[in-house]
Amino acid sequence: MSVLVYVEHAEGKFRKSAFEVVSYAKAIADQLSTGLTAVVIGNGDKAELEKLGTYGASTVLFTGNTQLSSFVNQAYASLLAEAAAKADAAIVVMTNSFSGKGLAPRLAARLGAGLVAGAVALPETGDRKFTVKRSAFSGKAFSFVTLLSDKKVITLNPNAYPATENAVTPAIEEFSPAVKESDLGTLVKEIIRASGKVSLPEAELVVSAGRGLKGPENWGMIEDLANALGAATACSKPVSDAGWRPHEEHVGQTGIAVSPNLYIAIGISGAIQHLAGVSSSKTIVVINKDPEAPFFKVADYGIVGDAFEIVPKLTEAIKAYKGI
Amino acid sequence: MKILVCMSNVPDTTTKITFTSDHKQFNAAGVQFILNPYDELALARAIELTEGGKGTVTVIHVGEASSDPTIRKALAIGADDAVRIDSPAIDAFFTASQVAAYAKDKGFDLVLTGRESIDHNGAQVPAMIGELLGIPSVSIIKKLVIDGTTGILEREIEGGKEIVHVPLPFIASCAEGVAEPKIPNMRGIMSARTKPLSVVTVTEAPVLTSIEKYETPVPRGAVKMVAADDVAKLVGLLHTEAKVI
Ligand SMILES: Cc1cc2nc3c(=O)[nH]c(=O)nc-3n(C[C@H](O)[C@H](O)[C@H](O)COP(=O)(O)OP(=O)(O)OC[C@H]3O[C@@H](n4cnc5c(N)ncnc54)[C@H](O)[C@@H]3O)c2cc1C
Repeated sequence: MSVLVYVEHAEGKFRKSAFEVVSYAKAIADQLSTGLTAVVIGNGDKAELEKLGTYGASTVLFTGNTQLSSFVNQAYASLLAEAAAKADAAIVVMTNSFSGKGLAPRLAARLGAGLVAGAVALPETGDRKFTVKRSAFSGKAFSFVTLLSDKKVITLNPNAYPATENAVTPAIEEFSPAVKESDLGTLVKEIIRASGKVSLPEAELVVSAGRGLKGPENWGMIEDLANALGAATACSKPVSDAGWRPHEEHVGQTGIAVSPNLYIAIGISGAIQHLAGVSSSKTIVVINKDPEAPFFKVADYGIVGDAFEIVPKLTEAIKAYKGI
Repeated sequence: MKILVCMSNVPDTTTKITFTSDHKQFNAAGVQFILNPYDELALARAIELTEGGKGTVTVIHVGEASSDPTIRKALAIGADDAVRIDSPAIDAFFTASQVAAYAKDKGFDLVLTGRESIDHNGAQVPAMIGELLGIPSVSIIKKLVIDGTTGILEREIEGGKEIVHVPLPFIASCAEGVAEPKIPNMRGIMSARTKPLSVVTVTEAPVLTSIEKYETPVPRGAVKMVAADDVAKLVGLLHTEAKVI
């Protein structure tokens, strides 16, 4: 019995969430006194693959098959099921990313495994039970889910478990089982990535703005602040509904749930649906001209005042602090 | 085109989430339940795709009779008929198994769901249905166009998007951008009362997970206010106290 971790990459490079999930899977393998095998699809760059050893993967399986260089849910699920069989893995772990949300349930159904989606802590394994804490009710609560099946699949939320060094020299092996034609139904025609932007679900720092900004023309100062910090930008729902910002920036109960180290909310009132998606942020700063804005009640730091005056000054102060 | 839309019945978004005193169950007393907001998007797109006699939309729900008002809402919005699998939705695999067992021999061209339910946020059911039916599944789509027998989808990824082509039949889970939610009109509300809602008995399926307990987050300490003319102080606090920059 071992633990298998599926590690995503973007154009051949691992992101921080990749190291987080390997560290998390390594900790589970340690809990169960077993080894950790990592699987990487569509990336054969040895130097990059070796990085997974730094976080505790003793074996790294990679697939060079070009049919799989972009994400095809069914084919990836088949490949992971075979890798799990090869590694005799009872537990498969991956990131609760956009692709992970499509892949993990498919794999779990294939393996007859129970799935915990969006884990935020290591499993509790005492008492012959295997129970994992996850976020529920859009961040308004946590649930503790016991997996009753022998095989188990877990997806880990970004920013929920720190990347932890645990260096081993990994055995790197190519693993390219034949791909079934029937698994290749989905065809990725095009991948469009906004260059130089920090990805919101994984961001450590987020600058978010709401209707208090009055119009899309005023987002320049929000982007300036985000750039100075190296933060991702986000917005409230009415802002994306009005088309001031793209939908993928909308955070909250019906948008993206985020849990960065720092969430700066500017001109956002703090409606319950907004708070649902952001309240697990480690530190919350609220800038609002209304001292009665509900957001202040759940903030760590607050400034009452006009965003149009405060935000440019804050950007300058950040730049001064960083020496840029 | 025959479309199946999966729907869940969830606490209204303004609900303060509390649990029974043993922390084992969601406290539903006095809570208003609604059609899951993401499922509304899936339903709206399904209606657009079949409007003008181009097909039918069936909604399916795994749940008890207490969900019927929400199912009627989906019919009022414009679904043609509804199916309720008469059982609590015990866990994701159980729920997906029910939908798959029903859909298996019905010849649906397309199955749509919301990207996740806003109560359990598992996002598990759609791809599990895809696996159980042996059809492609695409998660978290922002656009859906059907061109002949091919779906042209925009799927969200970290920091961007993918354009994906998928042959019918397939299942996709819908996020914002797919459609605008539809508000039922008077005629819809009237006709919803007489549209068919069939109740189907449950199929046996394994239960793979169980919820041990719930917890609510620890409240934060009191907010520290910083004067508007002293933003440098905030930067200092974020560095030395919060240690986030
Ligand atoms: C089913 C449903 C789901 C929803 N889901 C979400 C969700 O996922 N995410 C979400 O965000 N919302 C969601 N909402 C909407 C939510 O209820 C609120 O309407 C929304 O969050 C308010 O956005 P806002 O704070 O930007 O705007 P407002 O509530 O209008 O607040 C604007 C704030 O800006 C402040 N302000 C104005 N001018 C200035 C200035 N010059 N300087 C500083 N501050 C200023 C004001 O004091 C005010 O507090 C949902 C609603 C429903 C019904």
